[in-house]
Amino acid sequence: MELWLILAGMALVTFALRAAFLLLPPGVELPALFRRALRYVPAAVLTAIWAPEVLVQNEQLPAGAVAIAVAWRWRTTFATIIAGLLALHLFAWLI
Amino acid sequence: MLLGIIPFGVITGVAMVASGIPPLVAMLMSIFVFAGASMVASAQLLASSAPALLIVLTTLVINLRFMMYSASLRLHFADAPLGRRLAVAYLTADNVYGLMLARFSEHPGDPGKFDYFLGAGLLVWFAWQAAVLAGVLIGAGVPAAWRLEFAAPLAFVAMTIPLLRDRAMVAAALAAALVIAFSSNMPLKLNILLAAATGIAVGLAMERKKWNSG
Repeated sequence: MELWLILAGMALVTFALRAAFLLLPPGVELPALFRRALRYVPAAVLTAIWAPEVLVQNEQLPAGAVAIAVAWRWRTTFATIIAGLLALHLFAWLI
Repeated sequence: MLLGIIPFGVITGVAMVASGIPPLVAMLMSIFVFAGASMVASAQLLASSAPALLIVLTTLVINLRFMMYSASLRLHFADAPLGRRLAVAYLTADNVYGLMLARFSEHPGDPGKFDYFLGAGLLVWFAWQAAVLAGVLIGAGVPAAWRLEFAAPLAFVAMTIPLLRDRAMVAAALAAALVIAFSSNMPLKLNILLAAATGIAVGLAMERKKWNSG
């Protein structure tokens, strides 16, 4: 039962966020500070999700560094994941 | 683009089943929530038997970025019929949004914006659902020694790095990383909220500083 509540809650919250500004009437303007603050949401939130898995004192740290370098240079998700996983196993074997 | 979401989708499916979510509920979650990061986080929270309200709150924080996407997509779809706006809202995903932004800045007056969004969105949607289904079916069949769970943070690294185009954005990400690194003993992922708020504040502060000195 609780699981269904969680599912419904997650679905509602997520759709509300996705639809928020698309459903606002055309004339409505948003406060400038709010719009500027929203710009930083993806970088801050995404980093808060991956950083705890990468900033760990073992092979995850150097593997994360390799993944960051690959993402910086090639900007493709697939290459980043493959390079990061290979680096993880390489450093686990080395350390 | 599709190549990136497939491994992420598979591990999302694996993570959900591994945390004890029944396969059918996992697939329903994938269809109705359709947001991988929050599903992986929820699975981890469920496994540690966190309260339902906290799981929904965590979902809210992790998916707050969709609100920013909707503010940006509004510039292109504000005058579209309601049904189309709802379809755009539902299909908004990180990579679809990124793709659209690149395309719309090259062709601002394109009359086929909705068709383009719908095409890319549906392609990503089907690839994602197929990948999650594969993950759900494989379930515990993936050897733990492969450490596939590390693919989830790697997918987020790949989404974050291209965003870091100016100093304020880099500062926002660094601040979020620092806060999360030093608040790991906070209960049940509440530190994500703290890290996100700090990152946003630092980004805004750096932006203001740049204006004052320029």
